[in-house]
Amino acid sequence: MTTLFTILFDGVAYGMLLFVLACGLAVTLGLMNFVNLAHGAFAMTGGYVCAVLVNRSGWPFFAALPLAFVASALIGALLERSLYRHLYNRSHLDQVLFSVGLVFMSVAAVDYIMGSSRVFIKLPAALEGQIDFFGVGIGRYRLMIIVICGLLTAALQLVLARTRFGSRLRAAVDDPRAASGLGINVPQVFAFTFAFGCGLAGLGGALSAEILGLDPYFPLKFMIYFLIVVTVGGSSSITGPFLASLLLGIGDVAGKYYVPKMGPFVIYTIMIVILIWRPNGLFGRTAAR
Amino acid sequence: MTARADVGYHATRQARWRWTEIAFWILALACALLFPSRYLIMTDIVRLALFALSLDLILGYAGIVSLGHAAFFGIGAYCAGLLALHGIIAEPVIALVVAGLVAMAVGFLTSFLVIRGADLTRLMVTLGIALLLEALAERFSNITGGTDGLQGIEMQPILGLFTFDMFGKVGFFYSLIVLFLLFLLARRIVHSPFGLSLRAIRNNPLRAAAIGIPVNRRLIAIYTLAAFYAGIAGALFTQTTALASLDVFSFERSADLMLVLVIGGTGYLYGGLIGAVVFKMLQEVFSTITPQYWQFWIGLVLVVIVLVGRARLHRWALWAPNLIIRQFGGRRAIVAVPESDAP
Amino acid sequence: MFIRTKALLAAAGVAILSAAALAPAQPQAQETVKIGLILPMTGGQASTGKQIDNAVKLYMQQKGDTVAGRKIEVILRDDAAVPDNTKRLAQELIVNDKVNFIAGFGVTPAALAAAPLATQAKVPEIVMAAGTSIITERSPYIVRTSFTLAQSSTIIGDWAAKNGIKKVATLTSDYAPGNDALNFFKQNFTAGGGEIVEEVKVPLANPDFAPFLQRMKDSKPDAMFVFVPAGQGGNFMKQYAERGLDKAGIKVIGPGDVMDDDLLNGMGDAALGTVTAHLYSAAHPSAKNKDFVAAYKKAFNSRPGFMAVGGYDGIHLIYEALKKTGGQTDGDALIEAMKGMKWESPRGPISIDPETRDIVQNIYIRKVEKVDGELYNVEFATFEAVKDAGKTKK
Repeated sequence: MTTLFTILFDGVAYGMLLFVLACGLAVTLGLMNFVNLAHGAFAMTGGYVCAVLVNRSGWPFFAALPLAFVASALIGALLERSLYRHLYNRSHLDQVLFSVGLVFMSVAAVDYIMGSSRVFIKLPAALEGQIDFFGVGIGRYRLMIIVICGLLTAALQLVLARTRFGSRLRAAVDDPRAASGLGINVPQVFAFTFAFGCGLAGLGGALSAEILGLDPYFPLKFMIYFLIVVTVGGSSSITGPFLASLLLGIGDVAGKYYVPKMGPFVIYTIMIVILIWRPNGLFGRTAAR
Repeated sequence: MTARADVGYHATRQARWRWTEIAFWILALACALLFPSRYLIMTDIVRLALFALSLDLILGYAGIVSLGHAAFFGIGAYCAGLLALHGIIAEPVIALVVAGLVAMAVGFLTSFLVIRGADLTRLMVTLGIALLLEALAERFSNITGGTDGLQGIEMQPILGLFTFDMFGKVGFFYSLIVLFLLFLLARRIVHSPFGLSLRAIRNNPLRAAAIGIPVNRRLIAIYTLAAFYAGIAGALFTQTTALASLDVFSFERSADLMLVLVIGGTGYLYGGLIGAVVFKMLQEVFSTITPQYWQFWIGLVLVVIVLVGRARLHRWALWAPNLIIRQFGGRRAIVAVPESDAP
Repeated sequence: MFIRTKALLAAAGVAILSAAALAPAQPQAQETVKIGLILPMTGGQASTGKQIDNAVKLYMQQKGDTVAGRKIEVILRDDAAVPDNTKRLAQELIVNDKVNFIAGFGVTPAALAAAPLATQAKVPEIVMAAGTSIITERSPYIVRTSFTLAQSSTIIGDWAAKNGIKKVATLTSDYAPGNDALNFFKQNFTAGGGEIVEEVKVPLANPDFAPFLQRMKDSKPDAMFVFVPAGQGGNFMKQYAERGLDKAGIKVIGPGDVMDDDLLNGMGDAALGTVTAHLYSAAHPSAKNKDFVAAYKKAFNSRPGFMAVGGYDGIHLIYEALKKTGGQTDGDALIEAMKGMKWESPRGPISIDPETRDIVQNIYIRKVEKVDGELYNVEFATFEAVKDAGKTKK
């Protein structure tokens, strides 16, 4: 019984991590209708920034995390202004070609600068090991991930639903022309959203180094997972991807634990079944865009 | 001229063979004779071209995006490998067709899953199917050899006459002939009324349904056919390399294929062929210069292609040929663009 | 609607341009000896490729690029660990570049894919990384300078059975080397009276070990036997510690791949006390090794792992074979020259088994300890001149 809880806990932590990594993609793909397969590259950037700060410059881990966010967000903003915005109106195939090109470049560049070995981030002692909670083993690091990601999710939901910026964003997405007619600076809203999504990915990248491993091939390896989260969750809100991440995380961990030989089947089968059942994702809009 | 006759006129005009097309194939054959030491990479290109042709049939003509086309490639590859390994069907040509048919059957079965949903859903369902098959192949390692792949495949001579040689000469001509025959078939199909109806579906499924085209049935048919093509490409892969390993199903293979086709341009059959040549050449040149960081330069080329715009690149590439055409043909030179770029 | 004509002309243009790329390599002067080095330089196995490439470069820097009056030229190619690439590259190197050796091979399928070519073209194939037993049996022209999993797994199996470990759970990557490691360990460990209480095979490309580790923990063994390919060991140890398996008293044992030197330092103190059997440790106490480690660190700013040593010895073997044949590059003569060759490597004394062309080397039992603030595998027992058990069995 206690094992069940541990598995559940691990699954939730894994899912939360996936959500932070992928929710930026949900925004660009779902809201801005841009296929940005290079999303993982921003996550990798955040991871490496954090690793360099902690390991080489001796920063404390918790101070480096926000910087991972900032660095990725800055790069995201820069690229959005210089390259991405020209491509919003292009065909999806062009966007795929472009973003895959970016992934290739980022992979080789990181390999060149940082080497191809896995990188680890030195963690403070407080985050290592497990605590015992009524017989259920709870990893401290994973607990921290759940706390951070949970807070972020709640904050995101609040911002989108309650703030002025949130309503502007939703307006800009629903009907960019009408929104700009109302005086909303649509390009600016998009740029900010894009950068924020990249920042989240960067934060996710820094957090995931410990669990998923950080090497130059990160963006390619996890591209599939991000896409699964976004398609299964649907892209009309962040609740969808959030639940999809949890489902994927728990499914993956439980699948590997209970049927180690069938592990990969579990995820892919869940995905296909859900997509057949609800082609627009669990929480998708009925009309495809 | 009635509307009906007008459509028929345009369709037959399009279907007519052009001397440039003939030149293309002659050139392909010429390459074979000019570079006898590079049969292997050319075989690679031919295989990729056939594979890309298969994707073009569904993506360019029917508008079905797929990120899991390697599923059928892999089935073809393992089929051909198992047939040869256990000596079930030793003759490569028959084995090739059988492998293609098996892939076709799987294509037919999965087509019902794929035709539902919008682009993104299709993308993920196809990807999911390919990954599932990869996991299956890994799971049943007693049949497939798991991560180590099928070992010890020995190919019998083609038709009992031509033995696969180390320089890849036989393999290359074999692949080229298969590509050419299947290309002819594809060409016939896309210019038939069936092919035209597919394009109508791609441009607007609702409208197509409204004028009486059975949309789903047509999509299933073309998807099944494309699976057959991909299966053949996979079988060729196994037969010419005597290898089949898990990576035939890999996401990278499907993704590269997508790049190849998009580089070449979708919806005019030659797109996949040209894309395959360009992509492999780039890869070969860059990875020879810098084995470690070639991906960077490939990436850069992709980014530049998109930013400059393929239409513009085609125009630049055609500048010289256009001049010549103008001199000889005396016709008004028209900028050539694949359909995907046409307004 | 006239568009096709021109598009095809474009195709023609492309084809002509590509002619440049396809043009055959210029034949070189006969004096050069060429080595086709095929390694995974991109993709998940890239760190293996890079270590070997580094080691080869280092060796050639140290020893010069001329042997027996002939200049050595290394042609590096990237196969991304995909066997059909390996095969094509090997074939092109042999046919077009007329290489005298093919070398490298990061993974077993890649080494196997090239084997028939080595036989057909009578070109020696020097395997510098891949570690499945069967490889050298696939062609009389294959010589291995890395290791086999059987070598270290049998030793650690015996050692575990003799050192009070009764119950072991195993966690191995599901591919040929992993299965080799598992089977040979099981064979020797159970023969010594041990018991396997849980057996888990993890997929090769595996992002998260957590669920597998939880299974290990729940089966409450004395120790867990681990084989994951070079490069994944770091993640494994991190999660091992996170899950509290170290606190639960479950020790890690295994072949040394999991404690690869180039990652060891990043694993943290959880790795302390881990006992593995392996062919090489950067802490190997010999003058030869100290020089090697220092030179490698200076040149590439990282610690060499066992992959680097495989590459270093591989190129050494090629040099020595050429010296012995007096610069002759006949494949059979070279293989003859390599058989039975003995030398002192950074890892210790090694030789090439004249029967199997596989490597014979010392296997060391090592424990992870802190030396000058850094983690090292410190050797404390030696099994001398271990042959590949995968073959002696027959």
